[in-house]
Amino acid sequence: MNADVLKGGFADAPVDAAHAFRAAMNVMARPGVIEEVAGAVPPAPMSVAAGVLLLTLCDPETPIALCGAHDCADVREWIAFHIGAPVVAPQKAMFVVGTWCAVQPLEVYAIGTAEYPDRSATVIVEMDALAAEGAVLRGPGIKTQAALSLPEVAAFQRNAVLFPLGLDFFFCAGSRLAALPRTTRVEAF
Amino acid sequence: MSDYNFAYLDEQTKQMIRRAILKGLAIPGYQVPFASREMPMPYGWGTGGVQVSAATLTPDDTMKVIDQGADDTTNAVSIRKFFEKTAGVATTEATAEASVIQTRHRIPEETLREDQILVYQVPIPEPLRFLEPSEVETRKMHSLEEYGLMHVKLYEDIARHGAIATAYAYPVKVEGRYVMDPSPIPKFDNPKLEMAAIQLFGAGREQRIYAVPPYTQVVSLDFEDFPFEASKADHPCDLCGAEDSYLDEVIMDDAGTRMFVCSDTDYCAGRRAAGHVGAQGVSTQEEDAA
Repeated sequence: MNADVLKGGFADAPVDAAHAFRAAMNVMARPGVIEEVAGAVPPAPMSVAAGVLLLTLCDPETPIALCGAHDCADVREWIAFHIGAPVVAPQKAMFVVGTWCAVQPLEVYAIGTAEYPDRSATVIVEMDALAAEGAVLRGPGIKTQAALSLPEVAAFQRNAVLFPLGLDFFFCAGSRLAALPRTTRVEAF
Repeated sequence: MSDYNFAYLDEQTKQMIRRAILKGLAIPGYQVPFASREMPMPYGWGTGGVQVSAATLTPDDTMKVIDQGADDTTNAVSIRKFFEKTAGVATTEATAEASVIQTRHRIPEETLREDQILVYQVPIPEPLRFLEPSEVETRKMHSLEEYGLMHVKLYEDIARHGAIATAYAYPVKVEGRYVMDPSPIPKFDNPKLEMAAIQLFGAGREQRIYAVPPYTQVVSLDFEDFPFEASKADHPCDLCGAEDSYLDEVIMDDAGTRMFVCSDTDYCAGRRAAGHVGAQGVSTQEEDAA
């Protein structure tokens, strides 16, 4: 076991997690808003923001799927030590982490049931950069319209049609964090 | 150094509540089940709101707690003290200074801003519960968007009373999908449910969390020929003279003398400090002098 995986957790878990959650809640409640988060130093290739999200939201009861390059020994060991969440196959995951290419196809993830639409996966997408430009967003949490540099548009339009079922997305680039819930109506710029 | 973990709850409990809040925001108006904990106060005293607040607070927050609009009632004072002790947060009675506001049965009169969060204490989160006692059935009704029964209830109000007599906990439809109980706020407050702040609802005994993101469409159910009306006592506040605030009716003596006063104590105090005086009020300057 690599001793480095023992590092990189929250220094002061209750306070770091509280700040991180407020950022996560704000971006989920206001699609298009970008927040900075800090406190976690996960092993490569995972971003600071993705690490912060997992530390804040996951515990031994939340199965995580790691996609592509994120499914490596360092990340698995870091999750095992700091979070204790089981790493599982995509169709059983509550949280999914990977680049946009790696998390495809989206159809395998849980989208909830008609009676329990909350039993759906949250997909954490690693991005190179995040900016308030590109796809046009409308819907709950947005006063008129917002913009976010989404990796594509069609997949999110298909997801929104499933409402009240569907996936919810976080986007991470370094320490920057944004989100797109299933309710947001996305149009190409 | 407090003897408690920050904001009382253990970290894994907060993680579970935080996941429920995020799913609630992603599905506005849908009641997310959560594993409500025993709190050091009885059910019915805001344990749901307290748990949501505990999962939401940071040490930098300034918290306000109101009960029926008042900062100085038992429930509000004890919850405010609870968070002063367990989270060490600053507290205030001024709506404008608060970043997190926990409320029982009112929305503050002052318009809330984007950087504020409103946490409601909810007794019965299921709007259909008094029409259909079975959770299995009401869950099915929500999944099928089968809300006819609610309209029948409002219709029966009209048939019996000539108007929709429901005055509080007036049902709303959120973003055209889920019918939601806005908690027992007076229907006067319903139009304010479309606001800039994040709204979180916690029901401790019933183990449900739900949410309304900012700028989300919230429509009070009604009929074309009996439109929704946000009503209040037809009277100005006797202390501050406000004509636009929700009023409490207070019985003054055995002869049945009444007085109408703002239910939002901070709003009323602010107006009186600014020099507004109602029919039975005295200006705060005179009061200080006396």
